[in-house]
Parts: sequence; C-alpha cells; structure tokens
Amino acid sequence: MNKRIEEAYAKRPKNWVYNTVLAVITIGLIIWSAGVVETSGSTAGGGQIARNVLKGLFTPDLKFLFDFSTSGVPYLMLETLCIAFLGTIVGAIISVPLAFISASTLAPKPIAFIGRMLIMAIRTVPNFIYALAFIRVSGPGPFAGLLTMGVCSVGMVSKMYIEAIEDLDVHVVESLDAAGCNSWQKIRYGILPQLMPNFASTAIYRFDINLRDATILGMVGAGGFGAPLIFAMNGYRWNEAGAILAGLIVLILIIEFISTKIRVKLTRG
Amino acid sequence: MKLYDKIFRPTVYTLPNGKSVEKKASRAPFYALIVLIMCAVSVKITGFDMKILVTRIGQFFVIFQRMIPPKKEIMSAVWEPLFDTVKMSLIGSLVGSLLSVPFAMLASTNVCKNRVVVSIVRLMFSIVRTLPTIVTALIATLFFGLGTLAGTIAIAVFSFAYIGKLTYEEIETVDMGSFEAMEAMGSTKTRAFITAIIPQVLPFFLSNCLFNFEGNVRYAAILGYVGAGGIGILLNERMSLKDYSSVGMMLISLLITVFIIESISRYFRKKLV
Repeated sequence: MNKRIEEAYAKRPKNWVYNTVLAVITIGLIIWSAGVVETSGSTAGGGQIARNVLKGLFTPDLKFLFDFSTSGVPYLMLETLCIAFLGTIVGAIISVPLAFISASTLAPKPIAFIGRMLIMAIRTVPNFIYALAFIRVSGPGPFAGLLTMGVCSVGMVSKMYIEAIEDLDVHVVESLDAAGCNSWQKIRYGILPQLMPNFASTAIYRFDINLRDATILGMVGAGGFGAPLIFAMNGYRWNEAGAILAGLIVLILIIEFISTKIRVKLTRG
Repeated sequence: MKLYDKIFRPTVYTLPNGKSVEKKASRAPFYALIVLIMCAVSVKITGFDMKILVTRIGQFFVIFQRMIPPKKEIMSAVWEPLFDTVKMSLIGSLVGSLLSVPFAMLASTNVCKNRVVVSIVRLMFSIVRTLPTIVTALIATLFFGLGTLAGTIAIAVFSFAYIGKLTYEEIETVDMGSFEAMEAMGSTKTRAFITAIIPQVLPFFLSNCLFNFEGNVRYAAILGYVGAGGIGILLNERMSLKDYSSVGMMLISLLITVFIIESISRYFRKKLV
C-alpha cells in the first residue's frame, strides 16, 4: 500500500520548467511596470491637501444634501438613476439580437465571429467618446447620457447573454417538438423560461454598474451628478463633493441591496 | 404579494381524484407595470425623445466616420501612453488584490468568528466599492500630482474592493475540515489558513485577478480624462482638437491590446478553473 502511494507520488506531473518560465515572465512584467510608480509628481503640500479633502468629505454640506429642489443632491441622484435605468433597458434591448447572431451554437461560425469582434470593439471604445458623439445627436443633457449608457451596456450585457444562450438546454425544445408544438410554442415554453431569469439578472447587474459609471458622463456634460461633482472638486469645495458622494454611496448601497434580493430570487426561482 | 393573490384569485383545478390544486395568477403583469411606470418617469426626467433620436442619429456616426482612415503617423506618440495604461492596470491590480487578502480573511465568517469585525470589514468593502474609480483617480491626482501614479492608485483601490468581495465569498464556501484539523493539531490560525484554505481558494482568486486586470485595462484608458496617466490623456487631447483620425488610430491600438490581453487571460483562466 505504502509503496503504491510512493510510486504514484514519484510519478506526479513535474512541470517545474513551465512554472519557472511563468514565474519569470510574471516577475519580469511586474518589474517592467514598476516604472509607473513615480513619486516626482507628488505635491509638497500633500499632507495639507489630504487634511482638507478628508475634512470636507466627512463633513458634507447638509443643506445641499437635503435640498429637494432641482439643484439639490436628491434630484441629481434621481436623474442619475433614471439615466442608468433607461440606459440599461436600451442596452438590454439592443443586446438581444446581437447576442443571438453571435452565439456559436445558433449562428454560423463566421457570422458569430464577426458578431463577437463587433461586441468587443463596442466594449473597448472609452465611454466619454460615445458621450461626445451622442452630444452631437441630442445636445448636452441627460438624454445624451442615457444613449451613451445604452451603448456602453451592450458590450458586457450581450457577452453574458451569449453565454446564457450557449448554455441553453436543447433537450427541452426537442421534447416539445416531439410533443407536436409549433415554433411559437417552442419559443414560449421551451426557450423563454430558460433565458428570461438570466437576461433579467444580467440587466439588473449592469444597472448597478451603470450607476457607478455615470460619473464620467457628467464630466463631459451628459447629465447626472458628474458635472456638479467635478465642479465642486475642481473648485476645492470639498464639503459639496462630500455631499454628492454621500448621496451616491447611500443610493448605490440601497440599489445593490434591492438588486441582490431580486437576483437571488431570479436564480432560485 | 399576499394582497396581490387576494385581488387576482388563483385558478383552481380539480384533479380526477377529487383533490384541488391552485395555480397562482401570473405576477408578470404586476412586474411589467412597475417597469413601465419606472420607464415613464425616466423618460420624463431624462427628456428621452424618439423623434430626435430617429432624425438625428446620423450625427452619432459622424465622429466615427471621420476616424477613417486612421492616421498612422500618430503611433510613435501612442506607444508610451499605451504601455503606461497596461503597466498602470498591472501594478494597480496586483497591489490591490494582494492588499485585499488579509481583509478578505477578516470578512469571512468561517475564518473570523468575531461578528463585529466581519461586519465592519464588509461595510468598508461596500463603501470603497461604491466610490467611482474616476473620482478616486481625481482625488489621487491632488495627492500625487498628475501622472500614472494617481491612476495606479485609483485602480488599486478599485481592485482592492472588487477582489476583496469575491475572495471573501469564495473563502466562505471552502471545506473547513482541513482547517479545523490543522487547528486541532496546534497550528496557529494564519498557518492553518495558509496550508488549508489557500490551496482551495487560489485558483479562483487568480482567475478573478486576471479578470479584474482585463477589465482594468479598459478602465485605465478612461482615467486619463482627469489627468491620471495612460492613453486617456492623449485621447482626450485629440478629441478636443477634433483630430478624429488620430483618435481612430489610438482606438485601434487599444482594441488590439485589449484583444491580446483578453486572449491570454482567457487561456489561463480556463486552465485555472
């Protein structure tokens, strides 16, 4: 018995060459990258600035935080929420046909490949470029923001839709076929129940991310809390920035709590 | 939901053996109504207008059309910021992921028995995660000046929270048997963690780190917008000069870089899990 274990142990796969090469490459990459850590740019008054920033962030401007007119934090948050919500819906709708043509189990190989490349290209373009392009369409404002959100969501959402479509259990459809169902019935009872929870869950997850990414949109003038935030920060009005960030943190925590609940319910049925 | 069932009565089927079963009324119309109301409110607040969208959508493609043909001469100026972007995300992801491990340990209920510590660390992870990366980058530029260091720190902060959350969730699902055995044999908690839990968590942890790195390369391209280094600075500058053909070239180079990194990372992630 002992001998067999020892023999098996002696025969264990020895890929130390492979491991060493990997380790050397990884360490090499890290050393190569270390150049970005340059401290020359640090400002001499860093400590003083830090104190001011932290003081401002932890003593938010309460008047601004609870100002329920259209210029206060609650309205900014509502606007951001609406941009993210509608943007997610637009993105989720565009993603559906895109995902179906890129699923390698359904579409022919070349078309699926082109679809995947298209999705990757959409994902890679930084979102402020989309925002600037959409500002040409609708002028600055939340409308441009929601269109940008829509296009930005397409990348990730359709990628996850593709996975859901490829994981589809075709046996269900086959048995429906055997039972004499027509195409519409096959889609309604065989495919939709499998895809819907997954699609909804992905969209809700993306909604969470969109709320966070809304900052950059405001910076280029596409609505939401980004513009007031960046003005406050550039003007060193840290308690105003603190108020916006406090509002954002509370909003995101609430939305995350709700969306996790819904997603757990969706996956467990 | 009980109220809903009272208003819309479940249909009752009587089986051949005399028993009756209830089929609850579909909740779909109810959820659809909520989504529709939210859509209506959002349309009103954001000023969504289908007419403008249909008539002016052509304008959206103007910028993208002007990117063709991409200006190849700009490449000599692109290499450095492009590599900076990759370097920033590599170091940032590395530092963030490594820093998150001890905190992830404290945030998992099966390793750390102290409820108070667990909830404090988890709350910290949640709050750090809500901070938009671009805001962290902006604050970091005030501390460390404009440049790649600020971007690296912003990425590290984001990775810290992201990897931390995934790791503590992973630690909570491991088999605790070997950990308890190690403790019973008299080893310290840290020692037991290293020998019993790390081998179980490591493949997932590395896979998550690679995935995070992949995503961070995309993020790092945006951070330049606030002056935190990388290709974003150049992109933003060329965008405001309306030099779209250069922007096109940069986007193509970024696309190729991301494609290469994604392929490598996907290969290793498949091997790991």
